[in-house]
Amino acid sequence: MELTGAEIVIRCLQEEGTEYVFGYPGGAVLFIYDELFKQDKVKHVLVRHEQAAVHAADGYARSTDKVGVALVTSGPGVTNAVTGIATAYMDSIPLVVISGQVPTGYIGEDAFQEVDAVGITRPCVKHNFLVKDAKDIASTLKKAFYLAKSGRPGPVLVDIPKDVSTTKVAFEYPETVNIRSYHPAQSAPAEQIRQAAQLLLSAKRPMVYTGGGVVLSDASKQLAELVRLLGYPCTNTLMGLGGYPATDKQFLGMLGMHGTLEANFAMQHCDVLLAVGARFDDRVIGNVAHFAQVPRKIIHIDIDLASISKRVKVDVPLVGDVKHVLDDLLGALRASKQKPDAAALKDWWQQIESWRSKKSLAYKYSDEVIKPQFVIEKLYEITGGDAFVTSDVGQHQMWAAQYYKFDQPRRWINSGGLGTMGFGLPAAMGVQLAHPGSTVACVTGEGSIQMNIQELSTCKQFRLPIKVLALNNRYLGMVRQWQEFFHGNRYSESYMDALPDFVKLAEAYGHVGIRVTKPSDVEGAIKEAFARKNDLVFMDFQTDPTENVFPMVPGGKGLSEIIMAEDL
Amino acid sequence: MRHIISLLMQNEAGALSRVAGLFSARGYNIESLTVAPTEDPTLSRMTIVTSGSDAIIEQINKQLNKLVDVVSVMDLTDGDHIERELMLVKVRAEGNDREELKRMTDIFRGRVIDVTDKTYTIELTGTGHKLDRFLQAIDHALILETVRTGASGIGRGNRILKL
Repeated sequence: MELTGAEIVIRCLQEEGTEYVFGYPGGAVLFIYDELFKQDKVKHVLVRHEQAAVHAADGYARSTDKVGVALVTSGPGVTNAVTGIATAYMDSIPLVVISGQVPTGYIGEDAFQEVDAVGITRPCVKHNFLVKDAKDIASTLKKAFYLAKSGRPGPVLVDIPKDVSTTKVAFEYPETVNIRSYHPAQSAPAEQIRQAAQLLLSAKRPMVYTGGGVVLSDASKQLAELVRLLGYPCTNTLMGLGGYPATDKQFLGMLGMHGTLEANFAMQHCDVLLAVGARFDDRVIGNVAHFAQVPRKIIHIDIDLASISKRVKVDVPLVGDVKHVLDDLLGALRASKQKPDAAALKDWWQQIESWRSKKSLAYKYSDEVIKPQFVIEKLYEITGGDAFVTSDVGQHQMWAAQYYKFDQPRRWINSGGLGTMGFGLPAAMGVQLAHPGSTVACVTGEGSIQMNIQELSTCKQFRLPIKVLALNNRYLGMVRQWQEFFHGNRYSESYMDALPDFVKLAEAYGHVGIRVTKPSDVEGAIKEAFARKNDLVFMDFQTDPTENVFPMVPGGKGLSEIIMAEDL
Repeated sequence: MRHIISLLMQNEAGALSRVAGLFSARGYNIESLTVAPTEDPTLSRMTIVTSGSDAIIEQINKQLNKLVDVVSVMDLTDGDHIERELMLVKVRAEGNDREELKRMTDIFRGRVIDVTDKTYTIELTGTGHKLDRFLQAIDHALILETVRTGASGIGRGNRILKL
């Protein structure tokens, strides 16, 4: 049977079990939209801007273990999608982005809405394809889904010229895929596993540091088993939150630039470090030379060989799927006659508890003005720690990461690597669609929310009862904080003048808006908002404009050069 | 240190720009880069001459391996290898210079492959170092034009880069 290229695209999505496509139509994808219209297996979510389509697909992927799918037209459709694609790339999120392209005969002629999609996205995709022959659509999409999800996940772009979508060819969806140049590692060699186990058991001051790889590999069960078996302390990166239960006593909180004192000090002073699906990035290890001042042995589990010894030299690399490697490592630890050094561990924990007793996340509550930390604490209490929380980027993101205790993976959805303002609301749409009955909160700021506020319209159309908590301090808070600390209080362009009335704005989009100005009203407002199960509620919290995020390891400084709130 | 990296990649549109883009995006040096199809029409072979610390060279190798279009990577400088580059030099060859240039070409085991009443075009192969030396050995003022291919390399004996 012969099908058009456009029919084949939709059939492939059906074969892949794609539930939702997030997209926006245009000239080059008209035939694909026509085929979408003729079926009802693959549902389309019409966003209001292509960036949001990709973020929504991204939120969908992060909160499930599925591949997110976005569909955009050529030219501006693709360029608008680039920020979303780069966001997913930096955080290793599996996406397939299908873009329309001008007809093959027009490529290179500066045709209307032409852009070199493959060229413009090359540095921010795992891989991309331009499909020049309808015969190749099925095999290309099969490869795209496989590449997106396997190995270190990432976004894959498939660019389809308009004439290719109208050409009729025989359709057969390949059952398997083989790419001769692509063989992601599964398990690490047994000898290295044994070495790692031995090193772990010989530790006097051990530390387990885990990142987004644990979440992506669905390995939190294995991680918890390992950490409990050994009795070692564990910290998560911003991307790894929820990978280890935050309410567990062996959890030291997040580490890095705005991590807890105990996590950063334990990281700095440990003698054996187990890094799991984390990449020692500059927001975790700001100063590599300072980190190296304390001698320690490092075991690094990662699926990406290029992550090993990229910034920090590793002693025992374990390249493979985190879940698989942790299973093997657990086996080796259980098989070993050696046990952790109980006496050394006791001393180490005593040291850690003395750091923990400094309560680095303490803040001064106020009766007068709403403290942003207080809002997150109440959000945590009222949702029972069980919500999906998306965030935008800035101070509110750090407070959400610090004060919402995630006990489960895939609940904390944020743009860690690229730091994309405007991510939170569209990501929340993808999360809410993936989990229709669940509570989804979007913690944002008055700056970030305006970068994709048009999506309130999409939320109305698809009846997405997201709870938006805007920590509105009338400043681009993180910019303001750096200007206060490092630029002599010169608040260059960080004040958000002429802000809209967010309550009226929410109402204009057909939602409910609540403005909260007093600390005593915070709890009531959040309760009221979350009681409205079927409504999107936009909460505009007028928070303290002078509040800063602490603790803080300034950029380029060592982990133990941390600044606490009381230091200033 | 200078390294010569050989790689086999899918003979597909865009593969070259993925490699070139990787080097520019991550700030790695490229001294030269050559690419051409192999006896297997589905594969191209590329030779990249680069330089950097051991850590950077290690990252370059890993990042190249990570590209989906790259099938196989070998750092030739890790072992015995042979390096060759082709250069064409057009020189002004008049009067006494004609004899001198011919003699120098012979000494460097090059060939004069085009002759006019005023010019020679000289073909020379060898390591980059040898080609540099030739250019130093002749009168600089006589050089009208040079073109070099960049290095190609191959491992000695059993060191084989093949699928």
